[in-house]
Amino acid sequence: MINMMLTTSLVLIAIAIGIAVIRIVLGPSLPDRVLALDVIGVNLIASIAVISVLMNTKAFLEVILILGILSFIGTIAYSKFILRGVVVERKRDR
Amino acid sequence: MKINDVILRTITKLVVFIILTFGVELFLAGHNDPGGGFIGGLVLSSALVLLFLVYDIETVQKGIPVDFKKVAAVGVLFAVGTGLGAVAFGAEFLTQTFEVFHLPVFGDTELATVLLFEVGVALTVVGTVVTIILSISEDV
Repeated sequence: MINMMLTTSLVLIAIAIGIAVIRIVLGPSLPDRVLALDVIGVNLIASIAVISVLMNTKAFLEVILILGILSFIGTIAYSKFILRGVVVERKRDR
Repeated sequence: MKINDVILRTITKLVVFIILTFGVELFLAGHNDPGGGFIGGLVLSSALVLLFLVYDIETVQKGIPVDFKKVAAVGVLFAVGTGLGAVAFGAEFLTQTFEVFHLPVFGDTELATVLLFEVGVALTVVGTVVTIILSISEDV
């Protein structure tokens, strides 16, 4: 029973990732694509959590943390590129 | 153009230390669990990349006055030096050994010499990744 529920949730997460991929390909503007990439990151984290429950192991918990960190940094980098046009600045002008 | 990123800078001051702590934890978890010098170095350098993203290069270089090319060179020297140390004791190149010590707080602890090699690998990874990021962003 619980296995069937977890497998169903994995399928639903995969469908959500597919919809986000469609948004990345079609997305009319750059913020849409950045947001869709962030959605893919969150869905990957959720699917790894479900998989580690399904396989009854603790070996994937570091993967969740690393995916969270990298998704956070990637979203910040894209947002800064949208806002400033440059990712790493030499000297901020203020 | 003035930019209002107070929330981002405040969050970054907290998150950088969490990422650094997680990097050290991954570094020490090596060779029994997922982890080790390479992954630990990558996570440590991602914390530095976050600092470079949120603040600018000159501010971070004022706080961390380290030439990261020299960090990479020192790391490679350290990793090769541990291999040559095994030769000095009459073993093969890069031979590792371990010993179980009784420490006051931690109890029986297994200390392995491969940790010194992993320190070299981590320093190399940090230096190389930060050098790549800085030299990519150089010409903008």
